[in-house]
Amino acid sequence: MEKKIGCYICTGCGIGDALDVKALGNIATKEQKIPVVKNHEFLCGTEGIAMIRKDLTDEGVNALVIAGCSHRVKNEEFRLGIAQMDRVDLRDKCLWVLDVPEGDDTAEEDRQMMAEDYIRIGCVKVKKMNDPNPYEASTPFSKVVLVVGGGIAGLTAALEVARTGYQAILVEKGETLGGQVAKMHKVSPARAPYNKLEENPLPMLLAEVKGNKNIRIMNNTVVQKTVGAPGLFDVTLNHNGTAAVERVGSIIVATGFQAYDPGKLDKKLGYGSSPDVITSMEFEEMAKAGKIVRKSDGKPAKRVAFSLCAGQRDTSHLEYCSGACCVYSLKQALYVIENHPDASAYLIYQEVRTPGQMEDFYRKVQNEGGIFIKGDVNKVTSGSSGLTLEVNDKLLRQGVTMEVDLLVLATGMETTMDTTDPNSASPVGKQVDELPGSILNLQYRQGPGLPSLKNNFPDSHFICFPYETRRTGIYVAGPARRPMGIAATCTDAAGAALKAIQVVESVARGAAVHPRAGDLSFPSFREEGCTQCKRCTEECPFGAINEDEKGNPLFNPTRCRRCGTCMGACPQKIISFANYSVDMIGSMLKEMEIPEADDEKPRILVFACENDAIPALDMVGRSHAGALSPYIRIIPLRCMGSMSLVWIADAMASGYDGVLLMGCRHGTDYQCHNVRGSALAEIRLSKVSETLDRLQLESSRVKMVEVNIMDAETLPQVINGFVAEISALDPNPYKGF
Amino acid sequence: MTYDLTFAKEVYENSEEGHWIKMCMQCGVCAGSCPMGFLGAWTHSPRQLFQMVRAGLRDEVLSSTDMWMCTSCYNCIVRCPRNLPITHIIHGLARYASVQGKADPKQSTHHFAKDIFWENIVATGRVGEAALTMKLYFKDGIGEGIKQGLEMKDSALGMLKAKRLKPLPFRGKIKGYPGFKAMLKKAFELENQKEGKA
Amino acid sequence: MKEYSFFPGCSSEHNASAANLETSVQSMCRMLDIKLNEIDDWNCCSASIGYAGGGVIPRLALSARNFALSKQQQGDRDLVATCAACWLSMRETSERLAHEPEVKEKVNIALKEGGLSYEGGIKTRHLVEVLIEDIGWDTLKGKVTKPLTGLKVAGYVGCQTNRPFGVAGDSFENPQYLDRMIELTGATAIPYAKKVACCGGALMFSEQEKSCQLTREIIQCAVDGGADCIVTPCPVCQLNLEVYQGKINQLFGTSFKIPVLYYSQLMVLSWGGSWNDAALHQQVVQPDVLKRFV
Ligand code: SF4
Ligand code: SF4
Ligand code: SF4
Ligand code: SF4
Ligand code: SF4
Ligand code: SF4
Repeated sequence: MEKKIGCYICTGCGIGDALDVKALGNIATKEQKIPVVKNHEFLCGTEGIAMIRKDLTDEGVNALVIAGCSHRVKNEEFRLGIAQMDRVDLRDKCLWVLDVPEGDDTAEEDRQMMAEDYIRIGCVKVKKMNDPNPYEASTPFSKVVLVVGGGIAGLTAALEVARTGYQAILVEKGETLGGQVAKMHKVSPARAPYNKLEENPLPMLLAEVKGNKNIRIMNNTVVQKTVGAPGLFDVTLNHNGTAAVERVGSIIVATGFQAYDPGKLDKKLGYGSSPDVITSMEFEEMAKAGKIVRKSDGKPAKRVAFSLCAGQRDTSHLEYCSGACCVYSLKQALYVIENHPDASAYLIYQEVRTPGQMEDFYRKVQNEGGIFIKGDVNKVTSGSSGLTLEVNDKLLRQGVTMEVDLLVLATGMETTMDTTDPNSASPVGKQVDELPGSILNLQYRQGPGLPSLKNNFPDSHFICFPYETRRTGIYVAGPARRPMGIAATCTDAAGAALKAIQVVESVARGAAVHPRAGDLSFPSFREEGCTQCKRCTEECPFGAINEDEKGNPLFNPTRCRRCGTCMGACPQKIISFANYSVDMIGSMLKEMEIPEADDEKPRILVFACENDAIPALDMVGRSHAGALSPYIRIIPLRCMGSMSLVWIADAMASGYDGVLLMGCRHGTDYQCHNVRGSALAEIRLSKVSETLDRLQLESSRVKMVEVNIMDAETLPQVINGFVAEISALDPNPYKGF
Repeated sequence: MTYDLTFAKEVYENSEEGHWIKMCMQCGVCAGSCPMGFLGAWTHSPRQLFQMVRAGLRDEVLSSTDMWMCTSCYNCIVRCPRNLPITHIIHGLARYASVQGKADPKQSTHHFAKDIFWENIVATGRVGEAALTMKLYFKDGIGEGIKQGLEMKDSALGMLKAKRLKPLPFRGKIKGYPGFKAMLKKAFELENQKEGKA
Repeated sequence: MKEYSFFPGCSSEHNASAANLETSVQSMCRMLDIKLNEIDDWNCCSASIGYAGGGVIPRLALSARNFALSKQQQGDRDLVATCAACWLSMRETSERLAHEPEVKEKVNIALKEGGLSYEGGIKTRHLVEVLIEDIGWDTLKGKVTKPLTGLKVAGYVGCQTNRPFGVAGDSFENPQYLDRMIELTGATAIPYAKKVACCGGALMFSEQEKSCQLTREIIQCAVDGGADCIVTPCPVCQLNLEVYQGKINQLFGTSFKIPVLYYSQLMVLSWGGSWNDAALHQQVVQPDVLKRFV
């Protein structure tokens, strides 16, 4: 079907007053040859929408350029079932950010020029779009969710999946279900008023899981190998030595934690020096058996000290906080207090960390008489009347000694996941020695484990997508993901279950999951042009691309997040999407009008990431953060990772005086929604000076800045500062070529 | 032994609002809010006193002058994230130290508040400011009193001139004084039961 | 006419340190048609240092006796105090009687010895609350006939009018009501850092030097902020800031001579009251800067 574009220019929200809308229309009609061009004074209103709809049915319009406000508002109104559509922002990023004093003809002219350029590129963009064809696999998609690990996290996840009406396979490597929680006496409160010990929830949960028809439980089973992609995972499950392949749609890893080895702790904590120095887990078992006694002589233990942070938050052991040990030590202190009326429970802590409702539980233990001492256990000696502890009391600012029957070390949690170093170029995942073999054994180009940033915990964009990993369709829940207690684990498991369901449903429709949720396009490449350079397979932040025998990329569209990083990486420019391509952006930037050098109107091209920089730009006007230079021209990119160096060369050759790239923060505390996109763009950019040298241009003409969604306040300074830097240089000599 | 709870329990039971002390989380907000802390007037901030109570440091706490430094500004009380009535706890500890005979009777606030101010009220039912001032000056003997009186004479004269100080340090009793007296007597009986020295 | 039961407190007695507060308050109430009915035969509330001699029950019994008398004489009428310490003691007493049955019982046993009893029911209010809530900002402002234009005032709220109860729900850290009162007289409330800092309170008697250090900082801050005078609602603050200026100057080599007034004095003056109505003749540091407004 032939493309017929309709361009609709809204004159509401002050647009009609500020701009020469007729001239804008002429650009669309005469210059861009758009067959249907109309104005409306209130385009998002019922009448305006009806006008567009009428053209869709009566005039055969099948592609849209909607010129009005930012694409981030009025989404519902303009959801017209048209895939080939662009929203040209004349309001938020033009009208609202420019300072045009009354009667200032030059400023008015500048604003008009900006609006006209935006109309131009909107038209070009839509011309360059195609309808995406959702991905369909040759074999059927599965909606079964595989849950690995039969502890509280896995049980909860499987049950949540099952209750929602989906099938779950629950795999447990051991003989019995229940994991660490099975060893517990009672649990800390999970409901109001958060001040009572609660019964272990495991028996009830187990009964429910076992009774649910949607859950298939497989004990004594490990995952031998995982191939495929979301919707199409073929997982080899080895049950007591017999392997069988199961097709599943998504995977939840809930393998829990491994307690830090107390044998590795500093000698001063006394582990091993007396049987009365034990770990929290050992104490838990004692309490469960109903025998809080000195292991040395079996006498009742009425004086129990808890040493919190036993190795945690200590760079020579576990550098991170384990998050749950403060709370479980409080719980255990209550065991002691409730056991004997005259018992003493000493909590020797660094800081008591009891987030959320657990503060109420902390108060409960204070109120019941728990004794809190901030300091470190420096020496433990054992004698006939018990253990003698020497503690440097940081509150009293003096050393104190105390005699106790038991010293309980609250050791920390380590993940049981095998992870891959995300920053190593090595295609093979780095296995962590102390941990058991790979949990999933992924047959991915980028390695068998899940990428991690630190401490072997699987990494994700934790602010926006906390349950994620960097392998689409694979979610990690509970302390395998980060240290956490029971209540948090259950919430986590429920969250992961929802994500697992979301992905199988999206995949079945051929749609992307976040951050481009619902996008039906996916990358494809032109095989003839490929040099097997492997940039794409190495750089894809989500491990979506494998390689075939010839070394050509083998896309797994259901693993893909549509970030475009592969597109930006490809030196041959042969990777593209139906709705996004190197050619599209290149054509857009070439379409804008570059004034002559004599006009003294420089042009600065701004590539802005749609995830953070674009929302921040939208907020500049809203928050009255200040005016932006009228010389900038903004082109949104779906991720900085999709930035192709050829655009920079094109921009320079077209006469732009400078290029500013606004991406998310990268590095350890990255905020890039595609994890590595902005980091890769920065690396690519380090090579841009070659291009600029070739053109004999200053390298300062191209600059990349990190922009956070909250940065509206500082953006005017950043942008106008760059414009000023560029204005101080001579105009780009390529203008007019 | 440190962290023996005997003293803590004694305070929880007998000192005004003392039971709150166990709820302190040692965040230090009180210490950072106290005007007397900025002056270095105390050795131990409220939170440190509380921890000392919990650690069982009976003598150190009760003979401390720290709680007598409280100006009753209530800064700590409105800021404490654990809602401890800190000002009252501090007052309570001061009073308890006094009742236990651990507070230095010559400690200036202790002496003024208890022996001069309170007695001044008890004597007539109302404060007589002039008598109060005189007693205050002469608390350390006549010589010191005259010296202090001279130092403050400009102020006193100013007050007299402004008709804000009675020229003679005597005032009559309130009309219902006998009932007032009987009320206080009974109140002290009840108080002493609680403070454990009936 | 609005009527209230009134507890003046010891410092507001004739020839006592806050006689200027009392005089100006009476003028102010006259002008607003408010009648303050003094409780007959009231006794001292024991202010902020009653704890040392009075512990819990005797100390609370003092205020309870005043409540009992008020109830006897004036029924459930709201009880108004002008002094921060009195207001605080009375409020503390009524809250503790309301929430601690054991305390209430003991206090009543004591009261009985004097033939009295108190079961609660009287609301304690600061006069400032009465002005804001019962009279209203508009009326207060409407009374101004001689605006104190150009007068720069450091509004000093201090501690006990502000904490722990607060006036009319205002903020503890940066209360606004006093500045608002100053501004309604036509004067300018200057911003300065020590608005709610402590003046040392009753410790001025026992820890004079330390308290003077505190007051010195407050005065210094007001002076640095360009204030012509300091205005406060609290008699303890007023006394400490005004009367001890000589002592402060002597201790720290400063040369402060800044008038310290009550909000009520400012209001009376701006409403056209005389110098003496506003009790401006009863100042120790002469408020000459106000002369141009009479
Ligand atoms: S919100 Fe957008 S579409 Fe609606 S009137 Fe304003 S500019 Fe036009
Ligand atoms: S939760 Fe508490 S004990 Fe555990 S590591 Fe964190 S601070 Fe230490
Ligand atoms: S780089 Fe991005 S767009 Fe390309 S395959 Fe990977 S996830 Fe998909
Ligand atoms: S980056 Fe481009 S040329 Fe290189 S392997 Fe991928 S598709 Fe081929
Ligand atoms: S502010 Fe409250 S909780 Fe914090 S240290 Fe002081 S008393 Fe304790
Ligand atoms: S009320 Fe007392 S202890 Fe509390 S901050 Fe004020 S002076 Fe310090």
